[in-house]
Amino acid sequence: MTSSNKNYQLICGLEIHAELKTDSKMFCGCKNDPFHAPKPNVYTCPVCLGMPGALPVPNKKAIEWTIKLGLALNCKINLFSKFDRKHYFYPDLPKGYQISQYDIPFCYGGYLDTSGGRVGITRIHLEEDTGKLLHKNIDSKKVSLVDFNRGGVPLLELVTEPDIKSASQAAEVSRKVRDIIRYLDIGNCDMQKGGMRLEANLSLSKTGDLPDYKVELKNINSFKYMEQAIAYEIERQTEVLNGGENPTQETRGWDVAKQKSFSQRTKETAEDYRYFPDPDIPPLQFTKEQVEKWREELPTLPEQTVDYWKTKFEIEGRYSRLLINGHQTTALLELVFVAALEKDIKPNNIAKEIVNKNIKLDPNSSHEEIVSTYQQLHQTDDVDSDVLVQVIDEVLTTNPDAVEKYKAGKIQVIGFLLGQVAQKLQQKLDMKQVRSELLKALEN
Amino acid sequence: MLLDKSISQLARLLKDKKNSVVDLVTESYERIEKLDHQLNSFITLRDKKEVIKEAQQADKNIGKATSPLYGIPYSLKDAYVNKETRTTCGSEVLDKFNSPYEATVHRKLKEAGAILIGKNNLDAWGHGGSTENTDYGAGKNPWDLTRIQGGSSGGPAAAISSRMVGFAIGEDTGGSIRNPSSMCNTSGLKVSYGRVSRYGTIAYASSLDSVGPMAKSVEDLALVLESMVGKDELDATSSANKDVKYIKNLNKKVTKTIGVPKEFFGDGLDPIVENIILRAVKEYEAAGYKIVNVSIPLMEYGVSIYYLTGLSETSSNMARYDGVRYGESRQLLSDETKRRIMLGSYALSAGYADELYKKAQQARTKLIEEFNKAFESCDVLLAPVTPSIPAKIGELINDPLKSFLEDLYTGPINVAGLTSLSLPAGFTKDNLPVGMQLIGQRFHEAELLKMGYVYQQLTDWHTKKPPILNQND
Repeated sequence: MTSSNKNYQLICGLEIHAELKTDSKMFCGCKNDPFHAPKPNVYTCPVCLGMPGALPVPNKKAIEWTIKLGLALNCKINLFSKFDRKHYFYPDLPKGYQISQYDIPFCYGGYLDTSGGRVGITRIHLEEDTGKLLHKNIDSKKVSLVDFNRGGVPLLELVTEPDIKSASQAAEVSRKVRDIIRYLDIGNCDMQKGGMRLEANLSLSKTGDLPDYKVELKNINSFKYMEQAIAYEIERQTEVLNGGENPTQETRGWDVAKQKSFSQRTKETAEDYRYFPDPDIPPLQFTKEQVEKWREELPTLPEQTVDYWKTKFEIEGRYSRLLINGHQTTALLELVFVAALEKDIKPNNIAKEIVNKNIKLDPNSSHEEIVSTYQQLHQTDDVDSDVLVQVIDEVLTTNPDAVEKYKAGKIQVIGFLLGQVAQKLQQKLDMKQVRSELLKALEN
Repeated sequence: MLLDKSISQLARLLKDKKNSVVDLVTESYERIEKLDHQLNSFITLRDKKEVIKEAQQADKNIGKATSPLYGIPYSLKDAYVNKETRTTCGSEVLDKFNSPYEATVHRKLKEAGAILIGKNNLDAWGHGGSTENTDYGAGKNPWDLTRIQGGSSGGPAAAISSRMVGFAIGEDTGGSIRNPSSMCNTSGLKVSYGRVSRYGTIAYASSLDSVGPMAKSVEDLALVLESMVGKDELDATSSANKDVKYIKNLNKKVTKTIGVPKEFFGDGLDPIVENIILRAVKEYEAAGYKIVNVSIPLMEYGVSIYYLTGLSETSSNMARYDGVRYGESRQLLSDETKRRIMLGSYALSAGYADELYKKAQQARTKLIEEFNKAFESCDVLLAPVTPSIPAKIGELINDPLKSFLEDLYTGPINVAGLTSLSLPAGFTKDNLPVGMQLIGQRFHEAELLKMGYVYQQLTDWHTKKPPILNQND
């Protein structure tokens, strides 16, 4: 980073889209599994193809899940809500409008805590995903094809306040949102396939106030690239500002190979989507009791679990953050830790072995199996104590110098002597036992 | 002439094996072949051989028939998708559109055993009140071939009026069932919003569209409606139905109060129409009904609310015909449709939506309140359907504003989500039919049908057939 950018403060907010993993699509009964479809356009029907006369019927599960995510992110919930039509023309949008939510999203006014401070969640709403365009050469002709397997898949959109102050904080927010979505078991968030998509709106300010321009970083499919792109933009915009100009209001993408952002589209005016309430879908009314019931159903969230594991099992945060991934495995791990304590094993040691992949965490295995795997890993051979005493005697006899040094107070030589014993025995030893026997022999 | 008989009479003849389904279907095709080149009431007919085969099959299974609609030939306004034929919605944009699925209403009628003959003409996308705004030839009125059928469900009305089918399914967004019913001397029911599933209805304006029966009499409407209603899992705006014994209740006599809303009798109402409607009021009064005067002041803005809402929604609903799918260019959309898309887009645009679309929605709520208030002092409202007699062909299509005003008395009923029955009330001295509408509270179809049935017991307007039939049969 150049020194001059110390004068500027990053002002950044995120827009995160994530597909929900409901069984069926958002407004029809079609299978919601676009990434595993055997071929294009197999999971389609008149509704998600937007055929004349077809009507949308909202997916209750998707609505419930969106509200649960909102509750997990400390949002308020609009008890009265609705779906709206957002109009624009694009070949992957068969109705000429996307069913989305405009002025009354399901969730609003939440927050997420990060290592760099609290980031406000402006809103979370639910909409339908679009189809996918494929540009191909067929018979040496350039053609554009549309696959509607993804069209109509429930897609949530989360918008943060412009509270993000660094590239790494942007990545942290994105990761945490992904972790929570996975933890609630409502989405896979596969970035590579587009199951989760990130956009950042950013500008630089000297005063901390919102500047009169905004750059949109779009179509970024990894947390790392998002961080790199924002870091790059900070430098680029700083240079522009230092040159006495305002950066252009535009949409930019990230070129991974060149490690540079590039201009994709310059917006002259704000688009007019002609939003209005979708007359095909009656407004939705929730009760306070319903929302409270959903709140009670929420599992403990990752950060809450990190704290809990630290207090109860003394698990280090660096291990627990890697291990807390989905409700099922978390519950299993807690059983493992309790069993470990009963056997006088430090739970943190098991956590470490799992993180280091010395123990495989198979969700189908029982906690007893995992603890016994750990024990096997750390098991020692039964060494006959007579044999051990004999070997120690031999080592001491053949290394009189070391014995002398020990007696002169250089206790570090114990390590050397232990090594000699281990070498002679060629077995997995309980080093505690060897050590005490060795010390006994030296004292004699 | 079999198709002049009521549905229950036909059902009896079929059951007693005095006539066959093949007889009915054959008569249907013969009349269409003979007359329809003058009327343009059909856009697409099913293959006759195929339908005769279906009729033969139906005759074989007649013993298993449970519905009175079994074996009755019918037609669908070409706004409903079906698998037997293409669905054009009156526009060349869908000239080659063969739907891979079918409308719920069509499925239900087929399940009842009714036999689809073909698809009726309409103003393309429902955009119009004269069946002139169609790419398949302007519809002509069977009572006077130089005049319009009314619309947008002109084709179904003309087909019933000239006894081509036993009944038909129309679609009413701002008068599209009632207006042609009035102009062709048939009976038509605009159901309450949500009463019948809209699934498979090509949308004009989604919050106003309603799927209703059209027939020769109120009794027939009641029979057909019973097979159409109910909650549909495929239409989130459809309602579960509790009161579906329309036929059983037809004879139940209840004393009723009829409200005459003064705003339906103001400037612009043709005195010829007014006299006929007021005579109907007197006829009800003579039959023991109490008549009260009511007022719905916001009716002054009714047609504005209707058009702001309807055109905003249609601008959105039409977006899918972007030329990417369905094989034909959107250049083929008519001037009337383009006009409606532009007006609707304007009303929804940033900077204008607050003054236009949103204000119309606020006014809509107020209008509903005023109707509810009026219903505190009466059970039903009685009013004219259209302000004037059927126009000459070409008169309305060249005068868009006059065309819009044809919906003056009907559009606001859709805005309020109410139900309304259009039924024959008399003729001008030139022998042109004039209808009246009975307007009921939301989901009070049974009440309207009862009242309409009473009127058709007292009068025989609905039994009159157009001269085109007398000349030829």
